Amino acid sequence: MKKSSIKSSLINLVVLIIVFGILIVLCEFDILSNYIRGILMVCCISIIMACSQNITVGYLGQIALGGAGFMGIGAYTAAIITKAMASANILVGEGVPDTLRFLIAILAGGILAAIFGVLVGIPALRLRGDYLAIITLGFGEIIRVVIQNLKFLGGKGFSEGSAGQALVGINRISNLYVVFWVMVICVALMYTFIRSKYGRAIIAIRNDDIAASASGLNITFYKVLAFTVSSFFAGVAGGIFAHYIGSLSAGSFGWLKSTEYVIMVVFGGMGSLTGSVIAAIVLTALPEALREFSDYRMLAYSVALIIVMIYRPTGLLGTYEVSVTRLINKILGKKEPSLHAIKAEVEASGTKEEEVVK
Amino acid sequence: MNTPVLEAKHLGITFGGLKAVDDFNITINEGELVGLIGPNGAGKTTVFNLLTGVYQPTEGAFFLNGNKMNGKKMHEVVRAGIARTFQNIRLFKTMTVLENVKIAFEMDFKYKLAHAFFRLPKYWKDEKEIEEKAMDLLKIFNLESKADYIANNLPYGQQRKLEIARALATGMKLLLLDEPAAGMNPTETAELLSCINVIRERFGIAILLIEHDMSLVMKICERIVVIDYGVTIAKGLPKEIAENPKVIAAYLGADDDLEDEEDTKEGA
Repeated sequence: MKKSSIKSSLINLVVLIIVFGILIVLCEFDILSNYIRGILMVCCISIIMACSQNITVGYLGQIALGGAGFMGIGAYTAAIITKAMASANILVGEGVPDTLRFLIAILAGGILAAIFGVLVGIPALRLRGDYLAIITLGFGEIIRVVIQNLKFLGGKGFSEGSAGQALVGINRISNLYVVFWVMVICVALMYTFIRSKYGRAIIAIRNDDIAASASGLNITFYKVLAFTVSSFFAGVAGGIFAHYIGSLSAGSFGWLKSTEYVIMVVFGGMGSLTGSVIAAIVLTALPEALREFSDYRMLAYSVALIIVMIYRPTGLLGTYEVSVTRLINKILGKKEPSLHAIKAEVEASGTKEEEVVK
Repeated sequence: MNTPVLEAKHLGITFGGLKAVDDFNITINEGELVGLIGPNGAGKTTVFNLLTGVYQPTEGAFFLNGNKMNGKKMHEVVRAGIARTFQNIRLFKTMTVLENVKIAFEMDFKYKLAHAFFRLPKYWKDEKEIEEKAMDLLKIFNLESKADYIANNLPYGQQRKLEIARALATGMKLLLLDEPAAGMNPTETAELLSCINVIRERFGIAILLIEHDMSLVMKICERIVVIDYGVTIAKGLPKEIAENPKVIAAYLGADDDLEDEEDTKEGA
C-alpha cells in the first residue's frame, strides 16, 4: 500500500513539474499575455476554493453556501497583515523575497478563516440539508456585512449604515509560480486528508449518519472538522486573491460567489477532487473564452451547465478520481490491481440473474 | 458473583403521553445469548434505542459492566462497549467492504490530524495494522475475497453479515442484533446461525437478539424476554416461554400471521 502510493505520488510530482516547466517557458518567453496569466491565477484560486467546498458539499454531503464568506475573512486578514508588515518594515527590503510575506499572510488568512469555521460550524452543523444551506448562507452574509462596516477594513463604522470603501493599497505580491505550488500543496493536503480516517469518517457520515455514530464516530466532531478544514483552504484562497487583485471590497464575497464555487463542485462531481480541479479550470476559463460573444456568453455558460446536469447528474467525474498512474498503466497495458468494484457489480448482476433462473 | 455485562433496572421511556417501554429489567451475563421477542409495536426496537443512546430513558437506568450509561450519546455508548445492527440494514453503501469495517475500528486509530495531512509514519503503521485486523474479521464472515467490493453490490445475506462484522469491529462487549434474519431465505438463515455461534465462541461476547423467526429464537437463545405494549410479560427459558399462556395469547395469537407481513420501522 505504502510503496504503490509513494510511486504514484512521484509520478504525479513529475507530471506537475512538467506542467510547471511548460508554464515557465510560456511565461518567460512572453507567449502568454498578462491577461492569460491573470486567468491562470484565478484558475488556481478557483481550484483551491472548489476543492475546499468539495469537502463540505461533496464528501460530507452538506450543502454549505458560506464559502465566499470564509474566503473574505482570509482575504482581508492576509491583506491587513502584509500592509502592517510593509508599514512596520518587517521582512521588507532588499534581501527578503516578497514571497515570504505572501506565504505568512495567506497562512494567517487560512488560520483565521479556520477559527471562524469552528465558531460557525458548531451551531450551523446541528442542522442539515436545506436548513444548513440557509444558515450558512446567512453566516456568509453576516461576515460580508461585518467586514463592510469595520472601520479598519475601509468601512464607515456600524452606525453609519452605508457601505464603505474598498480596502486598497494591498501589495500585489502574488506570483504565479508560487501560487501554482501553493495550489498544488493545498490540493495534495486535501487529498491526504480525504484518504485518511478523517476523510473516511466524513464519507461514512454522508452515507448514513446513524450507522456512523453506531460505529463509534463522533459525528459532530467530524462535521465541524470537515467544515474547519474547508474554511482553512477557503481562507488561503482568499489570501491569494487579495494579493492578486490589489484591492478588496466586501461585495465580492457575497453569496453569489459561494454558489459559483458550489456549482464547480457539482459540475466536477461531488466527492471527486480531480473533478473539482477540472471543473474549476473549465468554469473559470469558459466565460473568458466566450468573451467574444459578449452578449451570449453567460447564456452559453448556463447551457453548458444544464447539459452536464442532464447527461451526467453526478457531475463530470462523479466520485471517480483521475489518476496519472492508472493512465500510465493503461497505456502500458498493465492489468489494474483494484478493479474489484467493477467486477463486483458484474458478479452481483450475475447472481441476480441466477436467482431469476432458479 | 461476576458483574453482569448488561443490567437494566426499571428502564422506561415516555413519548408525550405514551409509555413506549415501562419498567424493563434485564440482566445479561458474559457470553450469554438472550432473546427479546414480542408482537410488532411492542417496543423491542425502542428498548434497543434506549440501550444504545438513541433515546434517553425517562425512567430507570442501565449499566454496562457496572458503569451507568444513562445520558451518554450514541457514539459514547458504542465506545463503552455496546454495538448494534439495524432492522433495515444500514451500511456505508458507496464505500468498500473493507472501508466499512475499518471505520468501526475508530478507537484503534491513534494517529492525529498532522499524521494524516503529511502522511507521517504513524499514519502508515496504523492504517496497515487496522487493515490487517479488518481482514481478519472479514475472514470470519467469509467476506475476505470481497474486501474491495462496494458494499451496496453485495447480496442481501452478505450485507447482513458485513453489518455484524462492522459492529464487532467496534470492540464491543455486548452486541445487539435487531432482526438479523429478517428477509433471509432458509439457507441464509442457517448460515447466519453458524456465524453467530462462531462469533460467540471466538469473542465470548454477550448478545441480545430481537427476532421474529421463532425457530431461530428457540434454537439459539439461552433465555428469552417477552414484551408487549412496552411491558415485560414473561421471562425464562425457551421451553417455558413456548408454554406460557400469556405469551401465546399476546404473541402467538390468532392475528400473528397478519403481523408478520408488515413490520413498522421505528415503532417495532
